[in-house]
This record gives sequence, C-alpha cells and structure tokens, in this order.
Amino acid sequence: MIVKRRRFIPGLGLTLGFTVFYLSVIVLVPLWFLVLRSSALPWPQLWEIVTDTRTVASLRLTLLASLGAAGFNAAMGFVVAWSLVRYQFPGKRVVDAIVDLPFALPTAVSGIALTAIYSSNGWLGGILERLGIRVAFTPLGITVALVFIGLPFVVRALEPALEDLDPAVEEAAAILGADRWQTFRRVILPAVAPAVISGFTMAFARAVGEYGSVVFISGNMPLKTEIASLLIIAKLEQFDYAGATALGTLMLAIAFVLLLAINLLQWWSARRYQRS
Amino acid sequence: MYNPLRLLSSLAFLVCLAGCGGSSGGNGSSGTTLRNVSYDPTRELYQEINQAFSRQWEASGTGILTIEQSHGGSGKQARAVIDGLEADVVTLALAYDVDAIAERSRLLPADWQERLPNNSCPYTSTIVFLVRKGNPKGIRDWEDLAKPGTAVITPHPKTSGGARWNYLAAWGYAIKKHGGDEAKAREFVAAVYRNVPVLDSGARGSTTTFAQRKLGDVLMGWENEAYLARKEFAADAFEIVVPSVSIKAEPPVALIDAVAERRGTRKAAQAYLQFLYSPEGQEIVARHYYRPYLLEAIERHRGNFQPLELFTVEEVCGGWKAAHDKHFRDGGLFDQIYQPGK
Repeated sequence: MIVKRRRFIPGLGLTLGFTVFYLSVIVLVPLWFLVLRSSALPWPQLWEIVTDTRTVASLRLTLLASLGAAGFNAAMGFVVAWSLVRYQFPGKRVVDAIVDLPFALPTAVSGIALTAIYSSNGWLGGILERLGIRVAFTPLGITVALVFIGLPFVVRALEPALEDLDPAVEEAAAILGADRWQTFRRVILPAVAPAVISGFTMAFARAVGEYGSVVFISGNMPLKTEIASLLIIAKLEQFDYAGATALGTLMLAIAFVLLLAINLLQWWSARRYQRS
Repeated sequence: MYNPLRLLSSLAFLVCLAGCGGSSGGNGSSGTTLRNVSYDPTRELYQEINQAFSRQWEASGTGILTIEQSHGGSGKQARAVIDGLEADVVTLALAYDVDAIAERSRLLPADWQERLPNNSCPYTSTIVFLVRKGNPKGIRDWEDLAKPGTAVITPHPKTSGGARWNYLAAWGYAIKKHGGDEAKAREFVAAVYRNVPVLDSGARGSTTTFAQRKLGDVLMGWENEAYLARKEFAADAFEIVVPSVSIKAEPPVALIDAVAERRGTRKAAQAYLQFLYSPEGQEIVARHYYRPYLLEAIERHRGNFQPLELFTVEEVCGGWKAAHDKHFRDGGLFDQIYQPGK
C-alpha cells in the first residue's frame, strides 16, 4: 500500500521529470549513440581491436598512470586541503585560487607548459635528468600531467569534510591517550575517507579521458607512451569511426566498472564509519 | 508518491520545446558568404588570398563577399565537413581527406580531382629537412636520417596528415633507390623511425619540439613550413637542407557541390578556386613558400625553390588509398616497425 505523505517542498514531479529529461539529452543519448555505432562492428573485428597489442598497451598505460596520479593526488591533496582548512596564514586566498588553476587552464596550454619545464632542456627536466630521471616523453611524464589536472578535484572534495571535522574530537582522542599517528589513523582518516575516495574517483575519471595536456608530454611512441585517447584520435584521423567508437565503448565500460567499484567502496567505508 | 501523468506531461512539454527550436536562420544579408575549410599552416596564405579575391570580386560589381576561414588538422577538418560543417570549398593537406568526404557524405562527385588543373592542386610543396645552424651532424640526404645517432623529429603518421607525407617521402626515396625492392625500403624506413625519439600528434607540435625544446638533429617537414619556422624563430638558428629527391606534396582544393548549391554560392566558390590558379593568386602562393603551378611564378621566386627530383604518391604507392591500406592501416607497415622483435 502506498501511503501518501505530505511533502514540504513541492515540485518533485516537475524537477524529477526535468532531471530525467536533462540527463537523457546531455549524457545518455550521446553515449547510447556511441554504443550503437560501435555495435555496427561484427564481433570478431571488435575483438581484434580490443585485444590488439597496441590497444592493450595503451589501456594499461592509461589506467596505471591515472591510478598513480589519482593516488598521489589523494595523498598530496590531503595535505593541501588540511593546511587550507586548519590554518590561517598570509596569502591563503592566493593559495586557494592557485588550486583551481588546473580547472581553468585550457589543457593544451598546461600540456605545453609542462613539456617545456620537464623536457631535458627545461629547467626542472634538466636537473632531474642529471639525477638520472627522465620525465618528459616517458610514462612518468604522463603521470605528472595527470597529477596536475587532478589536484583540484581532491582538494575541493576534501575541504568540506575537513571543515566538518571538529578539532575537539582530536583533543578528546589525545586526552584518551592516543598518540598522533593513532589519532590520524583511527579518528581523522575514517571520518574523511569517503571524501578522499570521492576526490580520488573524480581525479581518476578525469585522468582516464584526458587528451590535451598529455599528448605533448607523452611523446606518443607506439607501445610505450601512447595513451588510449590518442589511439581513438588516430583511428578518427583515418575515418575509422567504427574502430574509434569501439575503443570509446571499451573505455566507457572500464570506467563504469571502476567507478561502480569505487562507489561501493565509498559506501562501505561510510557505513563502517557510521557504525563505529 | 509523484504523479506519473504530471511527470510525463512535463517531459513531453520539454521535448516539444527542444524540438521546435531548430530549423530557423538562413542567409539574411545581401552579400555572399563563402566558407573555406582548410588545414593548419595555410592560415596566413588564405588571409592574403581572401583579401585579394574579395577585392577583385567586389570590383567586378557582383556584390559584397565575405570569406570565412576554418583551420585545423586536415583529417579533423574533413570529419567536420562529413559531420555537417557547411563548407563551400575545402583546401586540405591530402587528397585522401577529400576522398573521404566524397565517399562518406557524397557532397561532391568521386572524380573531383579531375575538375581542376594539376590534380586540383594550385600549389604543391615537398618534404625537406630543417637542421640546426652549421648542420653539425652533416645531414645532406636521406641516408643520413637512417644513421645511428641521428635524432629525427617527425609527427605521428596516424594522427597527422603532414607526417604521412614525411613517411611516404622516406619510403619513396628507398623504393626508388633500391629499384622497387620493398624489403629494403622497409628496412630503411624502420631505421629512420628508430631514430625518432618523440612522435608529436601534429606538425606544429613537432616544430615546437625541434625549435623550442631543442630536441633532435633534423626536423622533417613541408618546405613552406620549414621557411615559416625559420621566420617565426630566429632565422639564423636553422638551415634548410633540400634532399636530392623527395615527394611532391599535393594539397588539393575542391568545391563542395551540394553545399555551394544549397547556399547559392557556386559561382563565387568556383571563381575563388580559379583565382588560386590566376597569376595574382599564384604570386601570393609563391610568397608563402608553396611551389606555384604557373612557371612564371616559380621563375620569379627561383631562389626559394631549389630544383630537385620529385616523385608522387601515385608513383611510389599507387595512390592514397593504396598507401593507407599498406602503411597506415592498423597492423600496417608503420605499426610493424614498432612491433617487438622486428
């Protein structure tokens, strides 16, 4: 039996209708066409594209570099968000604005800037090269570019969670005899874990599909530093629409599965925190 | 719960709103607007061409003419036209891209290339080498690119039209030298590409890598681009080396019949393309370092165009379609260079 409850905020029907319509137009219809177009390919051919050594190599590179960059960002972004939330210092506004810069810059611009700095005659790349570390035109360079574009996602996701965290809780932990590491591990981390995971997820999702900032620093060597988006562009350049959409659909599927898994993890960690 | 009927009706309303919005607009102004969809490095060339042509057009009393320019990677531009970008004329980097438009959208006939002189190419170019000042590695000809220890900069043939010309120039040189021996040509091309440390996604990217990142000993590229690079960066920092033999790069132009017909611009579009072949157009072309079609224009700029033996894609590969199938297709000869164990 359906019990009709009075709602205090009117307009559910209209807003839900709009939401469904809007999401369909903006997200679902284009993606549906993507799947439709790639389904024009016969299965054996699709399988051939998906299992091609270059496809596999580029997907592995893209996913590993994205995971690495998102992980690095999760750790470093935590530090940045922590200092922005907890401390007052001169120039805080400026630091806050700098965090957003990767959002605002056209990706090609950041790609060119990063390549200029990290190539062997750029000032940072030159120093690192003397230490035996090559950055530009290696998988490490790709990861650096992905760290750059992913940073704001983690910081912006973490800030509200850290603001909600009452410093009194930490004091209580200290009074109850916890050392600093225990306080961090047992008190702070569980509380902000869902936010960390969601920042990580956004940074990761953004990195998987990134093109503009990566193509300049990656060097695009087949089997070594070709990212998945480059392969898609390569197929499009040859008017291989079916092949390009097949790769796109594959990436869509992988992204969907990973995001689903991460969301489950987030849900699980949030529940665990609430219970404890 | 929510009322499904209300939800549906609001949805229907929105769909209707979105559906009825389109299909307006059109050509309201009195003048004619031409759109030329071109590739990247022709920006400066067509700026000058457009000015000269619209001056001529307006002087003949046919009304005001505005020419819109669109530039981008040649393949990307072709895709945009296929997907509905309204171009009255296209001026792209290779016939393969215009073929793709003809084949996939049927906006122009398949024999488009026979409609204008010189395979529909009012200007050609060739692939030359740009080296650093004083030519420290002593690069004179193709063989020097295959030597171990020479770093060669060229873009990715799978994403750049210009890069395909570079690749086929190297291939054609080897095929000619070895009297058609494909195994030897493969070996040569593989040796050249083993010397390539970075494959940028476009020709401009490669120029930046070579000129600004100072990577590599030699940059392969179009003759006109090499001159441009020398103009843009310090002129005395680089030298142009013209090899003994190279490919005749033929960037074609074409009228997109269906679009010009629909927009009523056929006459202007045809005159525009004809203008490229006229003495005035040819002079502008030569000034921008493209090799003109008219001999007089070449003669006037003799100093810029060193004579060399040229071969065409037709001669060394039997046309672009065959070249694509053999070299650039997935799993083709270019991919095989990078397969492990080769």
